[in-house]
Order: sequence, then C-alpha cells, then structure tokens
Amino acid sequence: MATAVKLSGITKTFGNLKANDNVTLSIEAGSIHALVGENGAGKSTLSNILYGLLQPDSGAIEIDGKAVKFSSARKAIEAGIGMVHQHFKLVPTLSVTENIILGKEESRFALPTKRIGREIGQLGARHGLEVEPGALVSTLSVGEQQRVEILKLLYRRARILILDEPTAVLSPPETAKLFATLRSLAAEGRTILLITHKLDEVLAVSDSVSVMRKGTLVGTVETAATSKEELARMMVGRDVLLRTANPPQSVGKTVLSIDKLNYRSPEGVEKLRGLTLEVRAGEIYGIAGVEGNGQSELLSLLWGTFDRDGTTGGSITIDGRQTHGLSPAEIATLGVSMIPEDRLKSAVIAEYGIEENLILGRHREKAFHRGISFNRETIRKNAAAMIERYDVRGVRDAAGSNPPIAALSGGNQQKIVVAREMERPGLKLLVLAQPTRGVDIGAIEQIHQRIIDARKSGLAILLISSELEEIVSLSTRIGCLYKGSIRHEFSEEEVRKGREAESGFEREIGMHIT
Amino acid sequence: MSKRSVKPFIPAFSLLFALAAGSLIIAATGSDPLEVWQKMLRSTFASGYGIGQVLFRATTLIFTGLAVALPFRVRLFNIGGEGQLLMGAFAAALCGIALPAGAPAFVAIPALMLAAAAAGAIWALVAGWLKVRRGVNEVISSIMLNFIALAITGYLLTNRFAVPSTVHTPAIAVGGWLPDFDKLFGLGWHSPANFAFFLALAVTAGAAVLLYRSRYGYDMIASGLNPEAARHAGISTDRHTLGAMAMGGAMAGLAASNLVLGYKHWFEAGFSTGAGFMGIAVALLAGANPAGIILSALLFAWLDYGGLAVNTMVPKDIFMMVQAITILSIISFPALFGKWLKSE
Repeated sequence: MATAVKLSGITKTFGNLKANDNVTLSIEAGSIHALVGENGAGKSTLSNILYGLLQPDSGAIEIDGKAVKFSSARKAIEAGIGMVHQHFKLVPTLSVTENIILGKEESRFALPTKRIGREIGQLGARHGLEVEPGALVSTLSVGEQQRVEILKLLYRRARILILDEPTAVLSPPETAKLFATLRSLAAEGRTILLITHKLDEVLAVSDSVSVMRKGTLVGTVETAATSKEELARMMVGRDVLLRTANPPQSVGKTVLSIDKLNYRSPEGVEKLRGLTLEVRAGEIYGIAGVEGNGQSELLSLLWGTFDRDGTTGGSITIDGRQTHGLSPAEIATLGVSMIPEDRLKSAVIAEYGIEENLILGRHREKAFHRGISFNRETIRKNAAAMIERYDVRGVRDAAGSNPPIAALSGGNQQKIVVAREMERPGLKLLVLAQPTRGVDIGAIEQIHQRIIDARKSGLAILLISSELEEIVSLSTRIGCLYKGSIRHEFSEEEVRKGREAESGFEREIGMHIT
Repeated sequence: MSKRSVKPFIPAFSLLFALAAGSLIIAATGSDPLEVWQKMLRSTFASGYGIGQVLFRATTLIFTGLAVALPFRVRLFNIGGEGQLLMGAFAAALCGIALPAGAPAFVAIPALMLAAAAAGAIWALVAGWLKVRRGVNEVISSIMLNFIALAITGYLLTNRFAVPSTVHTPAIAVGGWLPDFDKLFGLGWHSPANFAFFLALAVTAGAAVLLYRSRYGYDMIASGLNPEAARHAGISTDRHTLGAMAMGGAMAGLAASNLVLGYKHWFEAGFSTGAGFMGIAVALLAGANPAGIILSALLFAWLDYGGLAVNTMVPKDIFMMVQAITILSIISFPALFGKWLKSE
C-alpha cells in the first residue's frame, strides 16, 4: 500500500525544550495509525505541525509522495488534511448544516442548505455519523457534536484525518460507535491519525502504533504484534505495573452513608434522584458513570460547596454526623479529605509555591501556625517530607527553593494534592474524583498504590472516575451512577470475580451507566 | 538582558515614555521642556516648602492608593476611593467638632481616625455587600457611591454644618490635631506636611505584613488568585470580598488623618482635589504592591505639585496628561509587547 503521510527528521524547539526531536514517521494510506505518549511527549506538537498550525525548525513532510510545506492550516486543509480538536470548534447557535459549510459556502448569497443537508445526511448514514442536519449544534450531545466535526472534514473531502484524544468526552458505547466509524472511513481509503493516551483503545482500533517519549519517536509497531505492557514500557521507558495488586480485606463500620439524596439545581434541573450508598472503613466504593450524571453535584454536596439556591433532599451522614449545611472547613475537621475533579480549577493555586499548596485547605491546622503568621519552618519540613514520601519530581529542576506549583507536570501536581489530602490528621473518609486525570502512566501507578495503601490503613474511600479500568481495578464495591441515582450495585464478590474477566465486566458496567 | 527580566521595568519604561511625551507637548506649547523640568525640580526639591507640599500630597495618595490596591488583591476594582475619602473625612470632622474642647490627644486622635476609617469602610461595604449578595459589579456601584457621597457631604455641609458664608465646617477640637513637620522637627517649612505621613508609612507596612506575612493574607490572596480553589479549601471568598472592600474603604477614610487632622482641621468642600481618583493611578503604577505605592504616590505627588509650581510657564493640565500617559503605557505596554514578552 502507498504511504499517505511521511514525516522525516521533524524537529521543533520551544526555547530550551525540544518538543519534537528528529521525528521520522510514515503512515500507510487507508490505515488507522495511533500516536501515543504521555503528556508533554510531543504528540500535539507533531500533529499541529502536520496540520500546518506550527512550522518545524527542520525536517520534511510528504503527503502522498509529494513534498509539501504548510505555512498555515489552510494550506494543510487544501492538501486534504483535517483535524478534530479535543475541544470542538463549532458555533452553537448555528445548525449542523450551517456549521459544516461554514467557511466553505458554495455561493455568496442564497445557500442551498436543503440540498447540502441531504448530502450530509447521506454521508453520515454511510459512516455511522447520524445527526439531524437541521438541528442546532447547542442542542446536540457531545458525541453528536463530534460527529459534526468529522462530517465537516468529510464534506471538505479530507483524506487524512487527525483526531486528538477523541474519546476523552465519550461514553463507552459512543466510543465503540466512533471506532466503527473510523474503521469504515479507513476502509474507504482514508488515513486516520489517532492521538490518544488510552492504550486499550489503541489496541482495539488501530492498525499500527507509534510511541513518543520526551519529544522523540521511540518506535512504531504493528498493533497486532504488540501488547499493552509493551506499549506502556515504550511510553514510560521502564516496566510499568498496569494493574495494582488489590488484595481483599475485611471491612469495618460504615463511615459515609448517603440516604435518598436529591438535588435540584437553581435552574430547576434534577441532578440527583434518591441517590443512596454506604461506604465502610477499609473499602473503596467506586462510582462508575459517564460524566454529567450527577458526579459533580454529589461531590459538591459532600463537600458543602453546592449552590445553595438549589433544593436538596435526603441526608449525608459522615461518621454518625449529619453534614447538611456544614461548610467545607467544618466537614474537613470531621476527618474528610476531598480530591476534586478538576485539579487546576479547585485543588491548587497555580501561582502559590509548592510549600503553600501543600497546606492549602489544611492551613487552619495549629501545627502550621505561629502568631498571626505561619511557621515557615514547619511548612518547609512538611513540604520536604511530602515530596520525599510521595515521590514528587521536578521540584529541583524548577527555579528557587519553593517554585510555583504550575512549574510541575500534571502528574506531580496531582501527587502534591494526593499527599496533602491523604496526610490530613484524623482522616476517616477520602473522596477521590478523577484522581488520575491528566496524569502520566508512571504517576498513575504510584497514585493507585497510595489509594490501595490508604484503604489498607482502614480509610473509607469513595472513588468517582469516568475511567472504568480505574474503577474496576481499585474498587471493593461498584455503584453504577446513571441520571442521578445508583442504578445498580456490584457486590464485593461480583467485583472480585469481574476483575478476573475484565473486558466482559467493563461491558456489563457499561450497560448500567448508559 | 533577558526578556523575563524586562517585565519589572515596565512601570519605569512607561514613566520615561510619558515624560518624553510630556516634553514634546511642552515643546509644542512653545516652552523649553528642559527649562520647565528644571524649574519643576527646583520648586519642589530645592525648598523645604516644596518638599513638604510633595510629602503632604503623597500622604493622601498613599492612603487612596492602598484603598484601590487591597481590594485589587481579591480581584475587586474599587473606584469608590473618592467617596470613601469624603465620608471618612466628614465623619472625622463631625466627630472632632463634637469632642469637648479639652479632649486630650491620646483620646481624640485615635477616636477621629477610628471614625474616619469606619465611615470609609462602611461606605465601601455598601459596594461589597451589593457584590456578594446581589452580584452587582463593584466598579459600577462604587462609582455611583462616589456621587452619592459627594451629594450627602455637600448637602450636610451647606445646610447644616458649614460656618456661615464659608464652605467648611468649624474646626475640630485641638486635641485631634496632628503636629506638622515644623512642630515635629523644628523646621521652618510652613508646608502642610504633617505627622500623617508617618501614619501612612506605618499603615503601608501593616498592609504589607497583612498581605504577605499573615494567615489572613494567605487566605485573601488565595481567594483572589483562584476563588474556586479557595472555596474548596474552606476559605470563604465572600468574607474576603467584604473584608477587602472594608479595608480599602478604611484606607481611603484614613486619608482624613492627613487632610482633617493634619492640615485643615475641618472638612472643606473640594479639599480632596480628586485624590480618591488619583489613588487608582497610584495603585496601578505600583502594581498594587504596598511598597511600590509609596514610590508611585511620591511620583504623582511630585507631578501634581510640580505642575502647579510651573503653572506660569505651561498649563498644569500637561502634567495631568503625563500622569495619564504613564498609566496608559503601563496598561498597554504588556498588551502591545505581550507577544514579544511571551515568545521567550
């Protein structure tokens, strides 16, 4: 088969950072090629170069055997390259058809929207991209919006499609549907470059895989001839324990009990409907679910940060005490720690130093005080101990003795948050939301181990994650969250058995959350 | 020089640019810029009276600069310094009139300052409360509150408290007077500079300690940098909104120590000469940094009084333009050269 894309010796530097270092890669026409690597490995830079958004310092690009130079994305689009960004570029107030022809109107005046709509409908039907051409984009689900993005590329006759983390926002069935679409497009001769960090998906859909690490291309392998372990090793540069050992243990008394919890947002939308669950000491209760099914609201109610203009019902009891109406500070003193969904938004102050971030939310503890101020010495010692114990890396590379936390990678920032929350004195209940989102594989392994250790020490843990794999590998019991209530609960016994036949078990969970 | 190290000098570049622009304008009016600047320096720094005038004006500006800078730390833009100053000064004057004539200084001075700070704080809290409870933008409400404060003090002054056929109240009890520099140091400056200058320095130092050394400052700056994370960490951002507005208002009110306690010894219509507004520029030039506010207040005070001193050669308005151009450059330089600064 012919080569659709050939990159040779691509190098791109930003300041001192070599984002791409002599990357050479060729992709066969009509194949699905996955590009994997940890955050900051250079995947996005490489795809932006191919899409003309960035220009390489050196190296050459060939499309279908012809040397090209893209000075802008427009040039790349003309050469038949299309890209679906992680964050969609759609106009919510326009219809599907209008969005698709935007910038490529056939006429300056009256637009034949009807006819084009019909064409789009046919195009969609052929590839499993069903979406109502006349519908406003703002009324579409995330999965449907993604279909519009793909249709937009097809309408522009793109032959090489770049998809940047396309499954990050999709539910498992939507992901399966997307993969069917991609296969159907490849079967018609289109070439697909799939950028992702989810190894299971790579194995499920791609024909070949290239792995990047620290700006260099570590290698390209045929998907059929590789395994998850091999890919992980290539990504991280060492052996990675993909599955944290999760030995059974006897559980203690109930620490968190949520009873028929209801929440209606100020806009009147019912977000939680009679959600009931219990978490006991020494167990991890995993909540599986597609985002937007009430996870955020549950977290905000647990932590006392919910919008008080909404209406609530039911009760939350932590260690025998009703927490309704308590502030986050009061809830924390009951021995509760919370790792929120969005680290940068709600768990750290990017401009504050590592030392200050390591006491954020725990800064009311007397041990850190001196007079009206803080005890610098204690805070420094605390930071040194945490950095050591939780293996936070990159502190010394940054400038100064106490660099802002923003200088660390996502994984190391998360380790700071995990360290802070797990070391809270008198901790009984740990609430974790997406604890490894945006975190490198190597750091995921360490964080998972910490979570298991915390469980062994007798903490009650509530784990909320949209990564089914994470839920299955860590949880003692699993609750399936759908439209604001626990639709199905898997017992300890069922979860233990499920772990042995994981893909089947994940499919089973998938059915309860969609 | 690396690009990163350029950033702290933006205020200095802006000032130089503004001075250059001012020189061009002076030349355009037909005067010799060099001569004008020289005269300005002479009239301000060559005489005790000139120095005193600059220090006196700087004192008010330090207070009104802090009135903007402290709320700025929690992302609030307090435009209401002028109104808060008027309310503070009026409260101090009324309180001073009400005091018995023989009230000792150690009672009178703290009482008047407390009255000034409280009145300013309450006036600022109106905007803070509207923001927290009703989501009203503090820029709009604090601007409007300026007009209301001006109207209230104006009305009360002319209809109730003014000494007949003047625009000022009776003098406050002598115990509430702050000593001027002549009395303090045995000088013969005959300038309005007074003890309030040292109060301003002390208050600035206090503000710096509060912001950078205290636990309150940790909470406050956290709620300004990332309100969501601060709330999550159990910090009440609403309380800090109110707290920062109250502190800002108190600062503006304390300017009364300079105007009422230190200089006029009464409340007089128009005696703030817009210092409440100029405080915005002072705080902006200083990047809302307490130590920087002292420098930028001195600079603006120098331009203010120096402009007055050379009024016979060139219109004073030119120096208001220099002040405005400085601020405009500070705001626009990072925007104009942002790409270059970031491209490191």
